[in-house]
Amino acid sequence: MGESHQDDLAVVRDLLPRVAPAGDVAADVRTWLGRMCSAAVTALPATGVGVSLMTDTGVLAVAKASDTLTDSLGTLQFTLGEGPCVDAFHEHRPVLVPDLGAVASTRWPAYTAAALASGVQAVFSFPLQVGAARLGALDVYRAEAGELSAPATGLALAFADVTVEALLDAQGAVSAAAEPGGLDGVVDGHYVVYQAQGMTMVDLGVSLVDALARLRGHAYAADRPLLDVARDVVEGRLRLEPDTA
Amino acid sequence: MATVAPARLAEVFVEVADTLVDDFDVIEFLQMITTRTSELVAVPAVGLLLDDGRGRLQFMAASDEETRLLELFQIQHNEGPCLDAFTLGTPVVNADLAHAESRWPTFAPRAAASGFRSVHALPLRLRSTVIGALNLFGTDAGSLEPGDVKIVQALADVATIGLLQEKTIRHGEVLTEQLQHALNSRVVIEQAKGALARTHGIGVDAAFELLRTSARTHNRKLVDLARVVVTEPHTLPGLMR
Repeated sequence: MGESHQDDLAVVRDLLPRVAPAGDVAADVRTWLGRMCSAAVTALPATGVGVSLMTDTGVLAVAKASDTLTDSLGTLQFTLGEGPCVDAFHEHRPVLVPDLGAVASTRWPAYTAAALASGVQAVFSFPLQVGAARLGALDVYRAEAGELSAPATGLALAFADVTVEALLDAQGAVSAAAEPGGLDGVVDGHYVVYQAQGMTMVDLGVSLVDALARLRGHAYAADRPLLDVARDVVEGRLRLEPDTA
Repeated sequence: MATVAPARLAEVFVEVADTLVDDFDVIEFLQMITTRTSELVAVPAVGLLLDDGRGRLQFMAASDEETRLLELFQIQHNEGPCLDAFTLGTPVVNADLAHAESRWPTFAPRAAASGFRSVHALPLRLRSTVIGALNLFGTDAGSLEPGDVKIVQALADVATIGLLQEKTIRHGEVLTEQLQHALNSRVVIEQAKGALARTHGIGVDAAFELLRTSARTHNRKLVDLARVVVTEPHTLPGLMR
């Protein structure tokens, strides 16, 4: 059992290069997200995969998808202000809808009608988040109703995890050459890492998302595992300063 | 170990029923389950782990810090009674740590070095699905009596019911949604502990107590307050300066 998620993460990391911030980080992130959606739609039992990046307040910032239909369904949720991805973001949990046709008509009336009319029967939305740090949501669409199997759910969660890592690294200017193994931990269940995130937020006076990115950037620059850096922060041996990159 | 007084058991179940209202605090609830399990069967340390949806366990609650470290140790080394109970879906009862090295070569010596002599783990089960495990660490070689095991399993079942917040989970997706939410709530609390610890110059355990006290004082859910601590600290001038 213990290996299964590690395997999922390894599978997803193998499928995707790291973001290579070569100049225009925003453009590089968009390119990377497009590749991620294409890789995910192939790896998962899905007919479409879309990703929406949102601001703290849930306003859509960037949307990418494996195809134009998925893209329009993703952005439609923000036009309408309703849909599984909007709920996943605001409720901090996956919103899994194996049969859109069976959804109560009051839940997302306009979105459900539009999705069904587009031939989508099931949608599974996973928040891109680490604790209270929220970046957006990943949507998996299927043309047939039915549950996403446990292994497919695990793989979708791994795609969400790797997307979070890629976004943080783009923000923290972590080089594409960074060894992913050395940075494991942002979603790895090491509570010291989460505590260090909260501490770094206070030390730098920045948002939680920025603190996550800065910690990863520091670990990469110092060529040290994130967990070791986090331990130093929590045990008082290290305090990031506003001018350290 | 003494079998539980029925009156005390009744009190605990009344407390549980009082807690399981709409929109209750899942972290406080699990914390209560570990603390009450510890008291009821006179086992000094109790911890609770949950499946993270990727087939791996994550720490959720423990009656004390040493237990928390032992739970994390099991996750890190992918070995120990909690993992056995989770993987096999069957209880581990009265395992003697002095004779458990062949079974858990890294965990058994570590737990023994922490002063524990016996260990027990009960799966959190929803019919055929196992969603986590409840772990008990004893400092004497004395065994849990069959009556005690039933009580602990009942508490594990109560934890499962509370977590899933529904009498019948008809679909796997509800399970995934609830578990992921609970797991993320724990992460939010760790982030808030870090922020509070740094702001007040205190340790993370003291920061957790500060968060709990403040949540109770203001009648807020632990996770809701923790979320505000790390996303809108300026709205909490008393707590976050």
